[in-house]
Amino acid sequence: MHIVVCVKQVPDWDIPPSSFKVDEGAKKVVPPAGVAPVVSQFDAIAVEAAMRIKDADASTKVTVMSLGPATARDAIKNGLAMGADEGALLTDDVFNNLDSLGTANVLAAAIKKLGDVDLVLTGRQAVDWDLGVTGTYIAEIIGAPVVTFAKSVTVSGGNVTVERVLPDAVETVESPLPAVVTVSNELGEPRYPKLQQIMAATKKPMNTWAAADVGLDAGALAPKLTLEALYVPVVDTKVELMEGDTPEEQAMALARRLKEAKLI
Amino acid sequence: MPNGVLILAEAEGGEIVTVTKELIGAAQRLGAGPVSAMLLGSGVEAAAGKITGAEKVYVVDDPALAQYTNDAYTQAAAAVAQKADPAIVLMGQTNIGRDLAPALAFKLGTAVAMDTIALEMKDGGLHTTRPAYGGNARAVNGFSTTPAIATVRPKSQDPVEGGSAGAVEKVAFDASGVRTKVTARTAATSEGVRLEDADVVIAGGRGLGGPEGFAKVEELAKLLNGAVGASRAVADLGWRPVSEQVGLTGKVVSPTLYVAVAISGASQHMAGCSGSKNIVAINKDADANIFKAARFGIVGDFATVLPALVEAIKKVKAEG
Repeated sequence: MHIVVCVKQVPDWDIPPSSFKVDEGAKKVVPPAGVAPVVSQFDAIAVEAAMRIKDADASTKVTVMSLGPATARDAIKNGLAMGADEGALLTDDVFNNLDSLGTANVLAAAIKKLGDVDLVLTGRQAVDWDLGVTGTYIAEIIGAPVVTFAKSVTVSGGNVTVERVLPDAVETVESPLPAVVTVSNELGEPRYPKLQQIMAATKKPMNTWAAADVGLDAGALAPKLTLEALYVPVVDTKVELMEGDTPEEQAMALARRLKEAKLI
Repeated sequence: MPNGVLILAEAEGGEIVTVTKELIGAAQRLGAGPVSAMLLGSGVEAAAGKITGAEKVYVVDDPALAQYTNDAYTQAAAAVAQKADPAIVLMGQTNIGRDLAPALAFKLGTAVAMDTIALEMKDGGLHTTRPAYGGNARAVNGFSTTPAIATVRPKSQDPVEGGSAGAVEKVAFDASGVRTKVTARTAATSEGVRLEDADVVIAGGRGLGGPEGFAKVEELAKLLNGAVGASRAVADLGWRPVSEQVGLTGKVVSPTLYVAVAISGASQHMAGCSGSKNIVAINKDADANIFKAARFGIVGDFATVLPALVEAIKKVKAEG
């Protein structure tokens, strides 16, 4: 069993909203100074899902793959410290400003290059763009079925069984391998690597591949979804604070305003 | 030549869901040609007749579509899209839409913008606005391929009013390529109003001091026929079930009224509630971020404010 987990490095999402800045000209988020980028939360949980399969069957090989700048190596190392076996960093200037489909094309090409992949795991969405489409695109490109929003992933006898979280139900979905599964937070927290594992991770094999290494040329990666603007919305609600000398007066003022606004 | 807007209709229990009416409303307002709908499922032909405001309703009625699978629905939707040849396809950001849209986009050789909150026609093409970075930013996207596909956040568009039923056209599809199957389905149990559907949400944060602090939150929720929500810290501490967590890694809600009690308004939380129409903040810290997003606020201690608010609302409601 060979599992590939695709992880994305993103700006730390857990910063105060006031430190969130956008360069509107460049249509990019300005990373907050002194705050290291992190592994997109759902992707770390996808690594956890892979490790649980490896816990049950130690012969499982787990490759952690990331597309990004050289710093994305840290996102891969995080997965290796959690117990993954190998890393693959996809980095190339032509990978800048890809849309999700372009990203999926590169990841899928690298998965094909590995050749023997049974299961591809990704987070249900990256916490920067929040699109939640890359896993599905990878599945389409490699011709595999996709199951999204997993809270548990188990494999046996050439099949994967996924408990799929919906707002109103949990479904059990079965699919033949190879397959792509996107993982949701209901699966549980990613394991916390011990210092020893973090040290060991630096010695694990990591491939670095450019576009040519996975047989892609830049022309195939032109975006179909174009980004025309990125901005921080102006919050036009100026809060109306309730006046009053006592909590009772404040509460009554609020109740009356809610009534006037037809909200109660 | 691709033309018009095709929307994905959804039915539940034989009735057309609200988001479908919102999609038809949005499609009509785009003025991008005739509006058609597709309804996929098993035994859905009667429901197709209840879709109003679309000139044509394509129906794929097949036992293989009784339960949603990405494989089956993608093939069925692609069959309709190839027949209808629309310039734009819209779906709700629903269980089905969010899973189906990217697969359909790939099948049709085009792209999708997910979870959009505004749609506009400009220079002959669709342009969408969507929240990104956990709601901290807005991204405007255009499309270099046809059809442009977008999923639309429920409650972000006004529904179509009235209109006549469209002509129903059945479309066949081949279910032989379906690889995945749903072997079990367990309905989630929830008491009272479901968080995602609630028009009123009363959410509590760590500032409530403990699970007992939620007693008044529950009372207020009950009084307003709302649902209880919780911040991530509260769910992590086990004061409330994870199913009530609102935020980036929890539920995304967009009620008409969101009352945040003792919640500071971290990015992680705002990602889940910033789509609310009206936010009311109750916090003892006047500098808390939540006040920046709130329409009404009370700076004060929940322990005294919340009981007073319950009584005040009872009184105001009794006045009629």
